[in-house]
Amino acid sequence: MQSTAVITPSTLSVVDLPWQVEWNKDTCTLCGRCTSVCPVSAIELGVFRKRSVEATIALQKKPTNSYSIYYGIRQRTDPAYRCIGCGMCNMVCPNNAIAPRLRPEATTLKFHNNRGGAARTRGGRRNDTGSLLDQIKFIRISMLTDPALDAGRHEFELRTLLGRVLPPEDGLAALADNAWVPAVREIYPLMIGSMSFGALSPNMWEGLVMGVSYLNEELGMPVRMCTGEGGCPPRLLRSRFLKYMVLQIASGYFGWDEIIKALPDMKEDPCAIEIKYGQGAKPGDGGLLMWYKVNKLIAAIRGVPQGVSLPSPPTHQTQYSIEESVAKMIQSMSMAWGFRVPVYPKISGTTTSTAVLNNLVRNPYAAGLAIDGEDGGTGAAYNVSMNHMGHPIATNLRDCYENLCIAGKQNEIPLIAGGGIGKNGNLAANAAALIMLGASAVQSGKYIMQAAAGCLGSEHDRCNVCNIGVCPKGITSQDPRLYRRLDPELVAERLVDVFLSFDTELRKIVAPLGRSTSLPVGMSDALGIGDYHAANRLKIKYVV
Amino acid sequence: MCRLFALSSRDPVSPMRAIEALNVMKEGHDGSGVGLFLHDLGGPFAETKDAPILSGIFTEDGLKRLDAFMDERGFVTKATLVLDPRTKTPEGTPIRGVYMARAYEIPADLKAASKAERELTYMAIRVALRLTGEERDDIRVFSFWPDTIMVKEVGDPLTVAEYLGLDRPELFARRILAQGRQNTNYAINLYACHPFFLQGVCTMTNGENTAFIPIKEYLLSRGFAGYMGYQSDSEVFAHIMHFTLSRLGLGIEYYKHVITPLSDTEMEGHPDRALLGRIKQTCRKLIIDGPNCVIGCLPEGTMFMVQDRKKLRPGVVGGHDGIFAFSSEICGLDAAIPDRDPRADVQPMHLDTAIVRPECQEVTLCNQLQSLPRPH
Repeated sequence: MQSTAVITPSTLSVVDLPWQVEWNKDTCTLCGRCTSVCPVSAIELGVFRKRSVEATIALQKKPTNSYSIYYGIRQRTDPAYRCIGCGMCNMVCPNNAIAPRLRPEATTLKFHNNRGGAARTRGGRRNDTGSLLDQIKFIRISMLTDPALDAGRHEFELRTLLGRVLPPEDGLAALADNAWVPAVREIYPLMIGSMSFGALSPNMWEGLVMGVSYLNEELGMPVRMCTGEGGCPPRLLRSRFLKYMVLQIASGYFGWDEIIKALPDMKEDPCAIEIKYGQGAKPGDGGLLMWYKVNKLIAAIRGVPQGVSLPSPPTHQTQYSIEESVAKMIQSMSMAWGFRVPVYPKISGTTTSTAVLNNLVRNPYAAGLAIDGEDGGTGAAYNVSMNHMGHPIATNLRDCYENLCIAGKQNEIPLIAGGGIGKNGNLAANAAALIMLGASAVQSGKYIMQAAAGCLGSEHDRCNVCNIGVCPKGITSQDPRLYRRLDPELVAERLVDVFLSFDTELRKIVAPLGRSTSLPVGMSDALGIGDYHAANRLKIKYVV
Repeated sequence: MCRLFALSSRDPVSPMRAIEALNVMKEGHDGSGVGLFLHDLGGPFAETKDAPILSGIFTEDGLKRLDAFMDERGFVTKATLVLDPRTKTPEGTPIRGVYMARAYEIPADLKAASKAERELTYMAIRVALRLTGEERDDIRVFSFWPDTIMVKEVGDPLTVAEYLGLDRPELFARRILAQGRQNTNYAINLYACHPFFLQGVCTMTNGENTAFIPIKEYLLSRGFAGYMGYQSDSEVFAHIMHFTLSRLGLGIEYYKHVITPLSDTEMEGHPDRALLGRIKQTCRKLIIDGPNCVIGCLPEGTMFMVQDRKKLRPGVVGGHDGIFAFSSEICGLDAAIPDRDPRADVQPMHLDTAIVRPECQEVTLCNQLQSLPRPH
């Protein structure tokens, strides 16, 4: 900051910013790529005046000054233009002359990102590296008492059921009577969590759908993808690939005009319908697609005007109670597809999850319950919602599973857990831990974005600009200049890589536990943790 | 690892024949316990086939409480067999009290009740006695069922058998299950000793049940008083068999489809794929993951052996017309039925259920890929 500048309460220096741009004058070629690529214009061309003092030895002559000008990179310190640490400057720099560096001790910015009275909104996640799931160990290793299995050679059947499974007596009686039974899908236990067409760019969405289709049709892995609240491209609705999609209906009902219109032309039923009541990243908020991202295509699919923000209501406005929700929504959605499609609610992790679950247990059409924990991600939310609202997934899931066990419904209503799985890169371990705590399936969104498309977000408030449509990787942008950076074919390829490696790792976890014939849902005796209170709360072993 | 031995004979045989076979296999087990199931008895108890027999171990106080308990319910003692120790107490075997099998005359109202009601009452009484006995550690009860006696104790099988004098006519039986080891994965507890019994269904298992906890939680939540205990991870095999027979109305041929369902690919061409698919879906929580060999006896005397999907445990069935044996190892079979044709021995593989009907004429192999009899 120059000394002549006015100092205001929000005047910051570079050292007040958590992400500080380090630039090397010697290697910079002044090509300007970094300044043009920066999604938030945090860096600009700097013109610097340089004074050099030249003094001869023993002052044989009087010292002289010489002045010169040189050009370089200047980091802006206005909070509105702070560096977000995405590192695109480094990615495009031919000489590796520039990079952002995280300075965790610089906290001043946090007090100034509400100028104009606007509380900070962002995309991303909770920005907390702590993960209870990462602490869980798999401790019941088969060795001498029973042989461990060979993860590479044994046959494994790691599939799960999505849908309302009847009790054995009723299921067999229904078969004998040729009676209707609720739809049940056998799917892969890792689902792609809900990320809407609109939150994601067309290229990202297309890449995911292509990858999912490849996994299903070429590799025989019944992977399913949730659409989020934004509908589906009309062509997909009318294609055979719809059977790999879980259509979400949320409180804004976006995209459902198109879906209803496409019903007569559908070649296939969707895998399932997910009714979103809440999202782990921002419990109590509806979905939000900010105006930056509502372009012509998104507006057309969602049936809204262009360029307006689309905040969904926090709840479904047509319902005032859980009984209403269950009775009305689940029935209506089931009816729309002739009771051939499982319909399940998705809620934010909350202390009232068990109340919701108990209600679902009594409804013969409820096909499951998805619970999204506090570590889930989102495309747009208030910072405070993301950071401080929500319930950790582990205990929420465990409580629900134990409730099911008490009710004797533990094979009948699948619990789908999400929110922070793989937040530190340990996707398979986190997923397996949740499965053994009682989840029939897990949903992951952020990990998929990071691994399949190179999302730059991290748990250190890095990037987090999904909400304003300037995603430097083109993942969450609706600007063609940005999303053309993302090749859908390569996204599909990476998605397949992710699922294949996940599958290998999942086998490497269950094989030493002696499990291969069925997914070890609720196998809590295999789990241990070095936190005494967590062990007691989750009813797993305390090990140190 | 546990060693198992079972006999199915047209004529009653001494339990020592099974115990000796276990002793031959001693190299493979640690001799930490013995469990015996004797059914279709040939001695004096054969005259009272319908009278339920209570088997267990009782202290003096326990006997008094037992008498009061049974009197209260209108059960009258018909015959009693007390196993008086004949040798010095073996090392490691606690002195517990009276080893007893007692047949009862049932009250008139129960005689008039249906068979199902009687069977439910027998089970309820056994469970109630077990629970009250656990409170004061004075009553241990293993079975309460017509024509059935069970003995369990810690120690080397042969030594314990000699100590209790098991070679007596009252204990001669046509169906014998014998197991030669205490549970090693969980606490030592007589209730953890195989075989496990529930309403005429009895099984014993070798190997460890890696899917124990979810299966146990599922059975506990079925709302059936008999699904309790679970001091051993192998007890669930008996209860799954009971669930298959009594709750689902499916026969022995279906048991393996419940615990180790076919893969989707194998199921594709199966004539009963709709039914098998439904069983696999609805009984998913009862799928075992091995490694286990299960030998068991059904209420009407049919005996069977099944393996887990990976066939990670040994098991062989052999014999000749009139007597067949199920054994963990061939040496046990050789010891018990030396005059059989060993070429006819059967080692059930990962899809097989080996079945010997009460007539003891042959070993039938039921493969999961075969079509199934219609459910009742």
